[in-house]
Amino acid sequence: MKHPNEEELIAYHGGEVLRRDVIADHLSDCPECREELERIDAVLAALGAMPIPEPGEDYGQRVWQQIAPRLPEKRARWWNFATGDGFTTGWLEPQRWVAVGALAAVVIVAFQAGRITKHVPPDSTLADASRVRERVLIMAVGEHLGRSEMVLVELGNAEPANGKQKQVNISSERRRAEDLLEENRLYRQTALEQGDTALATVLDELERVLLDVAHSPGEVTPAQLENIRQRIASRGILFKVRVVGQELQQRSESPAAPANPNGSRKLERNKT
Amino acid sequence: MGDSDAIAVERTLAGDRDAFRVLVERHSRNVFRLAYRMTGNQHDAEEVVQEAFLRAYQKLGQFAARANFGTWVYRIAANYAIDRMRQRKSEDSQREPTGRVSEDGIERDPASLVPDAAPSPERLAQSEQLAVHMRRALNELTPAERTAFVMRHWGGSGIEEIAEALKSSTSAAKNTVFRSVQKLRRSLEPFVERRGQAKAMGSEL
Repeated sequence: MKHPNEEELIAYHGGEVLRRDVIADHLSDCPECREELERIDAVLAALGAMPIPEPGEDYGQRVWQQIAPRLPEKRARWWNFATGDGFTTGWLEPQRWVAVGALAAVVIVAFQAGRITKHVPPDSTLADASRVRERVLIMAVGEHLGRSEMVLVELGNAEPANGKQKQVNISSERRRAEDLLEENRLYRQTALEQGDTALATVLDELERVLLDVAHSPGEVTPAQLENIRQRIASRGILFKVRVVGQELQQRSESPAAPANPNGSRKLERNKT
Repeated sequence: MGDSDAIAVERTLAGDRDAFRVLVERHSRNVFRLAYRMTGNQHDAEEVVQEAFLRAYQKLGQFAARANFGTWVYRIAANYAIDRMRQRKSEDSQREPTGRVSEDGIERDPASLVPDAAPSPERLAQSEQLAVHMRRALNELTPAERTAFVMRHWGGSGIEEIAEALKSSTSAAKNTVFRSVQKLRRSLEPFVERRGQAKAMGSEL
C-alpha cells in the first residue's frame, strides 16, 4: 500500500479499526512510517504523563458541601413514601415492616379520630374516645421529638474520644437517626394526609436533618461534624422541635385546655 | 451503572436530596480530572465540577436508568467546560489579540516541522519547561479541539460521545480529534523524546 497519511496514523494510534491490518502490515515494512508513528506516540505519551493536581481524598465531600445548599428540592409524590418506592433497601426488610405496620395502625387510628394539633369539640362520647386516642398519639409524637432532640443535642456535643484521635465517632447517633427516620416518615405522612400541615412541615424538616445524620459515615472528621452541625443550626430545627414538643407535652398533660389557636402553625417552612 | 449508583439516583428522584451526595462523592474526582485537563487550571476545573453536578441534579429526571451515571455526568461536565472555555477565550481576546492559531500547513509533513536547533530532548524531558510547553500547546487549541482531545485521549470516549458533546456530526468530531493531535504535534514535537530514540520499537505499539 502507499504510505498512510497523518490522519490514518493518528487514528491507528488511537486504536481505530479501519484498515488496521493493512496499516500494521505497512508499518512492519516501512521504517519511515514507523518513525512517524513514534513521533505521534511521543507527543501523546508526554501529554498522557502531564501532571494534574490531586484534589485530595475528601474532594467529593467538599464538592457536596459546596453544592448542597444550592440544590433545589425534589418533592417526592406522596405514594413514594406510602409504598416505599424509592426507599426499597430499608423499607422492604420484613422485620421493619412488622414494626412499621404496628406503628402505622396506632397512628392511623389516632389521626382518623382527630388531627393531632387540632382541637376536637368535646361534645360526645365518641369525642371523648377520640381525645384519649389523640392524647396517646400526641404523647407518641412528643416522645419521638424528644428522642430526635436528644440525638441532635448529642451530635452538637460530640467530640473525639481523646485528643489524639482525629475522627469523631457518631455511629450511635447515626444508628438512632436511622431508626427515628422511619417513625418520622410515618408521622409526617399521616399528618400530611390529615391536613395538619404545620406538624408535617416540622417533621419534614426534621426528616432532612435525620437523613443527613443517617447518611453520614460512622466516623467523621471534626470539619465534617462541624458541617453537619451547621446544617442543623441553619434550619433552626432544634428550636422548632422543642417548641412543638413542648406544645404537645402541654396538651397531653391538660387535654381539656383549648389548643393554642396559632399553635405550631406559626412555624414557617424554612426551605433551604 | 453500579447498583449503588442506580439506587442513589432512584432515591434522589424519590425526593431524598441527600442520596445525591453518594453520587457526588463517588464521581467528583474523576470529573475533576477531566475538568482540569479541559480548562487547564484548578479554579475553573472546580467550578466545572460543581456546575456539572448541579446540572446533573436538575436534569436527573431525564437520565435514563440504564445509562451509566459516571459517563453521564462526565458528558455534562464536558459540555459545560466547552462553554466555559469559549467564554474565557472571548474574554481573553477582548483583552489582548490571540496568539498564532494558524490554520495553514495542515497538510504539511509534520516531520519537516522539527527544528534542527531543538533543545536536547533529554534535558527537557520530565522538566517543568516541558509542562509549560504542554500547557501552552493545549491552550492554543480551540475549545472544541481541546474537548475532543481530552475526551478521546484521556477519557477514552468514543467518537459518538465526543460528537454529542461537541454537538457535531461524527465525521466532524473525528476531524476535530485529528486536528487537535496535529496541532499538539506541531507545538510539542521539538520538546519530546521519541520512545524509539531510547529503545527499539516493534511494528505495533
